[in-house]
Amino acid sequence: MPFKPEYRLILKYVDSPGYTVDIDCYLRHGGYQVLKKALSLDPSFIVQEVKKSGLRGRGGAGFPTGVKWGFINHEKNTKPVYLLCNADESEPGTFKDRQIIYKDPHQLIEGMIISAYANRAHLGYIYIRGEFAKGAEILEKALSEARERNFLGKNILGSGYDLEIYVFRGAGAYICGEETGLIESLEGKRAYPRIKPPYFPAVLGLYMCPTIVNNVETLCHVKHIVDMGGEAFAQIGTPNNTGTRIWCVSGDVNKPGYYEYPCGAITFGELLYDVCGGIRNGNKLKAVIPGGSSAKVLRADKKYKIPKKKSDGTTEMVEVGLEDIPLDFDTVAATGSMSGSGGIIVMDDTRDMVECLRNIAEFYAHESCGQCTPCREGSLWMKKILDRICRGKGRKEDSQLLLDIANHIAGRTICAFGEACSWPVQSFVEMFEEEFTAKVKEEPPPMEILEPAVRTVS
Amino acid sequence: MNTAETVLPHLDQGFIDEAEKIISQYPVSKRSASLPLLHLWQKHFGYVSREGVEWIAQKLELEPIAVEEIATFYPMIRLRPLGKYQFKVCRTLSCALAGSYQLFDYIKQNCNALQEVGHHVYLSEDGQFSVEFVECLAACGNAPVMMINEEEWMDVTKEKIQEILAQLRKK
Ligand SMILES: NC(=O)C1=CN([C@@H]2O[C@H](COP(=O)(O)OP(=O)(O)OC[C@H]3O[C@@H](n4cnc5c(N)ncnc54)[C@H](O)[C@@H]3O)[C@@H](O)[C@H]2O)C=CC1
Ligand SMILES: Cc1cc2nc3c(=O)[nH]c(=O)nc-3n(C[C@H](O)[C@H](O)[C@H](O)COP(=O)(O)O)c2cc1C
Ligand code: SF4
Ligand code: FES
Repeated sequence: MPFKPEYRLILKYVDSPGYTVDIDCYLRHGGYQVLKKALSLDPSFIVQEVKKSGLRGRGGAGFPTGVKWGFINHEKNTKPVYLLCNADESEPGTFKDRQIIYKDPHQLIEGMIISAYANRAHLGYIYIRGEFAKGAEILEKALSEARERNFLGKNILGSGYDLEIYVFRGAGAYICGEETGLIESLEGKRAYPRIKPPYFPAVLGLYMCPTIVNNVETLCHVKHIVDMGGEAFAQIGTPNNTGTRIWCVSGDVNKPGYYEYPCGAITFGELLYDVCGGIRNGNKLKAVIPGGSSAKVLRADKKYKIPKKKSDGTTEMVEVGLEDIPLDFDTVAATGSMSGSGGIIVMDDTRDMVECLRNIAEFYAHESCGQCTPCREGSLWMKKILDRICRGKGRKEDSQLLLDIANHIAGRTICAFGEACSWPVQSFVEMFEEEFTAKVKEEPPPMEILEPAVRTVS
Repeated sequence: MNTAETVLPHLDQGFIDEAEKIISQYPVSKRSASLPLLHLWQKHFGYVSREGVEWIAQKLELEPIAVEEIATFYPMIRLRPLGKYQFKVCRTLSCALAGSYQLFDYIKQNCNALQEVGHHVYLSEDGQFSVEFVECLAACGNAPVMMINEEEWMDVTKEKIQEILAQLRKK
């Protein structure tokens, strides 16, 4: 069956034969030409172009990048400004930034230099997850190549603009992906997130100075915006959902991987069946987590109300199945979930949803930074209750108890981790209530299969 | 009070130069170099000892507790030695769906790493191998995923484990 070809803007050269990470290869493919263009423009003009482009953050929250950049008032500000690249890629199911870092590091660096210039930053750091040891090495090397060619350092290409960028490695803590946790970590402390407001990085960030934190993919997009112009970029995708996105598919499909499409150009059905070759072993689709493991799970046999544009320009709400939901920010949000970091995790009909949730709950129980009582205690309680249900020791009231705990975490914590650990619980229990009820009634399974594996039910 | 520099036999000039280079990357606050220096220490010595914490603290003009509190926060920083070859198997959802729990048991058995030295951490008697679970390694499309020391391995199968172990045992 023919399917929609990918539109690779960010991943244009990634995986193409002969393309390597060294700067000569990048230069042969037109690298650093956009930087030259950018340096001839006024920084505030670039901010305007990014605003016009409609670019939304690719780290998960989808906040408009131009608006965020606009929070720094350069007329009044007397402090240094810092630019941080969030390369923590910590949300389970997400592996897009890895492709850029490992296969096209100079694209990120060029995007970052342009973004730093636009925000008048003279110092920047790439905060990379500790496990990407090789990625950190690749970036270090790429940065020194860029320095040698004077794309970095003093008086870049004779423009009078100075910038240094360094790599900072995390060390295995998920919470370092949260931007204020990231900043604390970079300051040499435990990654305890700060309360927003007042600590929005753009106001009080690194060393209490205005700081822009952007995701790897976001910063790469900036390069293309400056290249083609904000308006042209805004033509890609749909209104308010501009540009391309890299969707990462994992779990029970035949061809897991990363696929880049304009926002809204492809539906779940097209992505999972046409692009990813369908559900593995000829099984049936049961559920999809659409935006990293913290996003609310969507059930395959349920209907969702989404807004649809009519030919006369107005929108109406229509009811569609999971397969017909187009992948962008707003439509996925309309289903009650989110497209988050773009990590799509697929589960087929042989999977035990209680075990899946237990696996997710274990992640969040392990990763809570421990500052807020509801999050620290609640995430562990939820895991323990799920453990006992899976061990055959569940109680009738457990589903309700899980919901009660989750409802008491979300909205009551310093950072959005509180939501991140509650949403899976709320959605799994609500969407698959029958499985939780059945498990509670079930006879305790024999000892050998008590290991917390996500068992295949068949 | 602190004589760590003379006590530690391997703290050669190369190490110190590297530490200085790292510190120079944080012109605003030396404290920022804490985690990078912990990484450096661990790379050289395999884990972060008490001397390591004190040396870094001294270098950055911090109280040792300021370094210790981050050494104990970040899972990748080790406070005691572990296997020469450290298998870190991803246990998070996409990998679990691809059989990472079964793989974990398989590696444990084949490395003879049966002594539980921590939560989900096993060590072989000869100290050659440790096997542990870690959380998502951001390569979920190639599940199951694992690391051996700092090297990443994707689409891991039992056959691949056998090949790897044969290689490592020859070393
Ligand atoms: N990529 C990944 O691995 C992960 C992504 N996430 C995503 O992160 C999202 C939550 O992230 P948050 O940063 O907590 O979201 P947020 O909505 O609080 O902030 C989004 C961005 O806009 C900025 N911002 C928002 N309002 C502002 C204001 N009034 N003034 C100045 N700046 C402002 C924030 O500083 C931030 O950079 C979740 O939706 C989730 O999808 C969560 C976990 C991991
Ligand atoms: C618990 C938690 C973890 C996060 N982890 C990441 C991450 O690994 N990578 C990332 O880019 N953003 C992550 N974020 C979102 C960041 O806080 C922030 O919104 C993002 O880096 C802003 O960049 P953007 O505007 O380019 O998306 C996380 C948020 C939360 C609440
Ligand atoms: S919500 Fe959780 S992760 Fe976030 S600051 Fe509070 S305890 Fe830490
Ligand atoms: S779940 Fe194992 S790499 Fe992401």
